Amino acid sequence: MIPDLDFRRESARMLAALTRVLGLRNLALAEDVVQDVLCRALEVWKYAGPPRDASAWLITAARNRAIDLIRRERSRRDFAPDLELRSEYALAPTVAALFRKSEIEDDLLRMMFSVCAPNLPEPAQLALVLKLLCGFGTREIAAALLSSEAAVEKLLARGKEALARAGVLYEVAGKTQIEKRLEGVQHALYLLFSEGYHGSGEAVQEELCAEAMRLCGLLAEHPACATPRTLALLSLMHFHAARLSGRAAADGSLLLLEQQDRSRWDREMMRRGFDLLDRSASGEELSEYHLEAAIASLHCAAPSVAQTDWAGIVELYDLLCGVRPSPIVALNRAIALGEARGADAGLDALGALSADPKLAASPFLPAAQGRLLLRAGRTEEAARSFAEAERRARNPAEARLFASLQGDCRNEPLE
Amino acid sequence: MPNFLYVFRGGGMSAKLSPQELQQQMQKWGAWIQQLRQDGHFKAGEPLENGGKVVRGKKKAVTDGPYAEAKDLVGGFLLIEAQSLDEATELSRGCPGLDVDGSVEIRPIASMNM
Repeated sequence: MIPDLDFRRESARMLAALTRVLGLRNLALAEDVVQDVLCRALEVWKYAGPPRDASAWLITAARNRAIDLIRRERSRRDFAPDLELRSEYALAPTVAALFRKSEIEDDLLRMMFSVCAPNLPEPAQLALVLKLLCGFGTREIAAALLSSEAAVEKLLARGKEALARAGVLYEVAGKTQIEKRLEGVQHALYLLFSEGYHGSGEAVQEELCAEAMRLCGLLAEHPACATPRTLALLSLMHFHAARLSGRAAADGSLLLLEQQDRSRWDREMMRRGFDLLDRSASGEELSEYHLEAAIASLHCAAPSVAQTDWAGIVELYDLLCGVRPSPIVALNRAIALGEARGADAGLDALGALSADPKLAASPFLPAAQGRLLLRAGRTEEAARSFAEAERRARNPAEARLFASLQGDCRNEPLE
Repeated sequence: MPNFLYVFRGGGMSAKLSPQELQQQMQKWGAWIQQLRQDGHFKAGEPLENGGKVVRGKKKAVTDGPYAEAKDLVGGFLLIEAQSLDEATELSRGCPGLDVDGSVEIRPIASMNM
């Protein structure tokens, strides 16, 4: 068995190259070719396993099918308008050149920029990224985004229509052309990562984090896309991913920050996070990704909750409130304030947020209040807050955590 | 011990599987065949190309083909050794293709001995 052979990744690579050659209008055709190649690979490889050069086998099969298809259909159909595909003399060399490794990496970026179009709603962007750039099937997308298959199918169908209307893949070249859409791409990858990170802790959701990091890594390898914002975003993802495995106990139950065994945090991942954060400091810009990465870096650098630079974290949240104000940022700032200046300061800040309609369904506001009330010795009020958090829990793991915190309120001796 | 031919049709091609599901299929096939080897049942097995030729009749007319529906197309075969048709049938139930609309035809190799 070839350990790093990954059909999902290979399918995205084939699809990107095929779409470049066949044209974005023929996306459905390109998807059919990919499916056909993978099915054939299964047929042939299931008896004795894949060959050592499986990846090259797949790319060659996709390339040959593309050439056959163009030869057969070119009098009836338009393929990529900018390529010389009509003359038999030029066809094979033109297509072969586009299936080289470096070209395929550029095609993946072109696909990423095409999918993160401002006229596409965010859920459609995420579904398309997973489908076209990560090789997920409809059922897998639905499971990862906590949606239904029918809803995902609808998103994909509408998204693909919009792509077909665009006609050609977005050209990732030239500073202005790249800058015009890079922020949208970064935002989609940020959302994809968050979706995985704040999900239910299921394996399928953590895959989203890995996929977002891989795609962001592609941006970071492209000279014109590796802006300070991109590097800060990738740094942020590394700091969060380093702590993913420490968030849950062996039985799957969620752990609070102070309960986590910090020796389970991934040191190598953190080291890369710090390295990226350093590299992201090259420009003048202080983006929301810089600030979030800096906050995460302070958590990673701290040996314990008590020894965390909470005052520094509050300052960074203050800056983040200026750059990208949101109720969630304000909530996190209030929690940090409770650590930096004591329970009363935290409770005051949280109290100011309790009327915010955007936090009305969040379990974390009552949970944060409960924790500070407990610390202040107000155990009955704390228990009520945790009960409210349990009511608002979004998944069984959260519900179990908040239920156990209610139990702590009863056990806590009065101070 | 008697020999049997497993003829595989469909499975994977006809089912709408995602890339990950296709890869899992491949891994399950690997594990199944490995098990048949370990237990001394496996003798040979190969995939078949999709296309080919068919020669028919006295005139030996050659046509391209076979062009069957994907689910009817023979994708490959295994030659296995088992005590009886019943055992060969039982062993075939482990075939991963069965989970994805595939089928296995089990044909005893005719014995020359009386």
